[in-house]
Amino acid sequence: MEATNIIKRPKSYIYPAVFILLIVLPKVLPTYQLLLIQSGITFAIMCLGFNLLLRYTGLLSFGHGALFAAGAYSVAMMGKYLPSLYRVEILIPAAICVSILVSALFGFICVRHTRIFFSILALALSMVLYALLVKLYNFTGGSDGIRVPIPWMFGIAPTGVRRMAFLTGNYHYFLVCIFALATLVMSAIVNSPFGRALQSIRDNEVRAEMIGIRVRRYRWYAFIVSGIFTGIGGAMWSFVNGHVTPESAEWVFSGEIVYMTLLGGFTVFEGPIVGAVLFTYLKLYAVSLTQYWMLIIGATLIVIVRLLPDGITGAILKLFAAMKRERNKGAS
Amino acid sequence: MGNWLVYILNGLYFASFLFLTSLGLSIILGVMGILNLAHGSLFALGAFVSAWLIGTLTGLPPGIAFLVALLAAMLVAGLMGILIETSIIRPMYTRALEYQLLITFGTLLVIEDLIKMIWGGTAYYASKPFTIMGNMHFLTNQYPVYFLFVIAVSFLAGIAIWLIMGKTRVGIMLRAISMDRDMARAMGIRIGRLNTLAFGMGAALAGLAGALIVPTTPALLGIGMEPLIIAFIVVVLGGLGSLKGALIGSLIVGEIRSFGIVLFPEVELPLLFTIAVLILVVKPEGLFGSK
Repeated sequence: MEATNIIKRPKSYIYPAVFILLIVLPKVLPTYQLLLIQSGITFAIMCLGFNLLLRYTGLLSFGHGALFAAGAYSVAMMGKYLPSLYRVEILIPAAICVSILVSALFGFICVRHTRIFFSILALALSMVLYALLVKLYNFTGGSDGIRVPIPWMFGIAPTGVRRMAFLTGNYHYFLVCIFALATLVMSAIVNSPFGRALQSIRDNEVRAEMIGIRVRRYRWYAFIVSGIFTGIGGAMWSFVNGHVTPESAEWVFSGEIVYMTLLGGFTVFEGPIVGAVLFTYLKLYAVSLTQYWMLIIGATLIVIVRLLPDGITGAILKLFAAMKRERNKGAS
Repeated sequence: MGNWLVYILNGLYFASFLFLTSLGLSIILGVMGILNLAHGSLFALGAFVSAWLIGTLTGLPPGIAFLVALLAAMLVAGLMGILIETSIIRPMYTRALEYQLLITFGTLLVIEDLIKMIWGGTAYYASKPFTIMGNMHFLTNQYPVYFLFVIAVSFLAGIAIWLIMGKTRVGIMLRAISMDRDMARAMGIRIGRLNTLAFGMGAALAGLAGALIVPTTPALLGIGMEPLIIAFIVVVLGGLGSLKGALIGSLIVGEIRSFGIVLFPEVELPLLFTIAVLILVVKPEGLFGSK
């Protein structure tokens, strides 16, 4: 934390700078690169939600893929069964509602446990959803998944619009705005009394209970809020990807969510965002480089856990802090 | 009537795999407090070694070849477990839960790709032991002898582990570690070696389970994923680190699967997960968990 004081309040100019950069991206980047960034941003929204549980509540969910899939599938299913309501301004609230329902149910069961049991239970529940998505193929499209067409957006009809034009045009600005909003809202949540209560539960459950915090209920709320962010990430991702499959509910994807967050550094608020974008690139290059991409991802994962426990942002902040100490020493 | 007995036997057959897999998982979890996500990959490793050997050792009598394949699968998976424990997991004991989980997840990815490198992406068929053992007459039905063989092997393995854990010096030390790590260390138990041993033992059990499955299912990439997830359910259901829990949990899950496949073939897996979740809502610490 002390590292952030090196330059006074760096957030006040880094945030707007990143926002402006993201807004001008379609003008400078080739379409393919832009789509990668977009996918990274949707993962970033998801990881922000995931980190509310991991960092601020002390619960490691190994089943967040299911909540991501809940958001993505609610968009795809609306497209399939309710085409008249297939408008972004309806789809996103609908995805939020579905995410609330699913995460309220999952959370209700999971928060009765902590530590490793919480992780396993979240994993098992996510596999329920995965199995349902695969087995109820008449309804969900099975392992082939469902195609996600271009939606109406604020009164603009999708007819005659090419997918790439849609994604690099209006949708990109919408995505960036949602991302900015998600970041600001999450930042407000973790600094709110609610966020503080969660952190006190994480640090000492008994003490939190003693000062009157209803531990289990607060964990449940945290799970639901986390689920909403993850669901929004899933919904936004479904448009970018153009297709949803049950794989996003499978536990391997949940493992990747944990990986992204730790890669970026879960101890820093912005860490998961950095991790999500980096992971998107890392995975893509590993896949295009060799058929043994899992080996690369797995090996880097082991190295990161061993050498960079605070992730990339954590390591950078530490470096800054060390540099500052050096400077102070020289001055005095 | 005969049909129902067959379903119950099928349930026992499923339970045998689950028992072997979850027993290993449970030993590792109980002794080291580490949830080994790579356990399914050790299962897969056993499956590939055994399928490959059954296909290669055509010169030997099939019974001997199968025995060699089973032992080799246990050995390879066990050695792999020891390698993982000493090289990757050992420095992790003092680290937080998320790092432990994540490092075994990384190990899983690496082993899956190692399997792909060695055996390629093709399926290995090794149904010979299954066909040679043939069917036996069972009331009004035919029943594969191989299923009974698997049940017997898993029963024997269970007895062996029970004897090791209950009667031998090593077993008592392992139980002491799982009860209170620091106290066990203070009493002069050499925790490091026993951790390696327990990990190797758990891994060998997973390898055995994998080796037993290939006569009925071809060895494919990702074959260990589903057993891993169901073994998790068994471990949570039975209670952390409890051998009795692993046994009863496997029996419950095996029978639910067997009857689920007959009665609700569409939603057999979701049904299984739902029942497991319901049990956990009623009894959060698991059936035989200590709390």
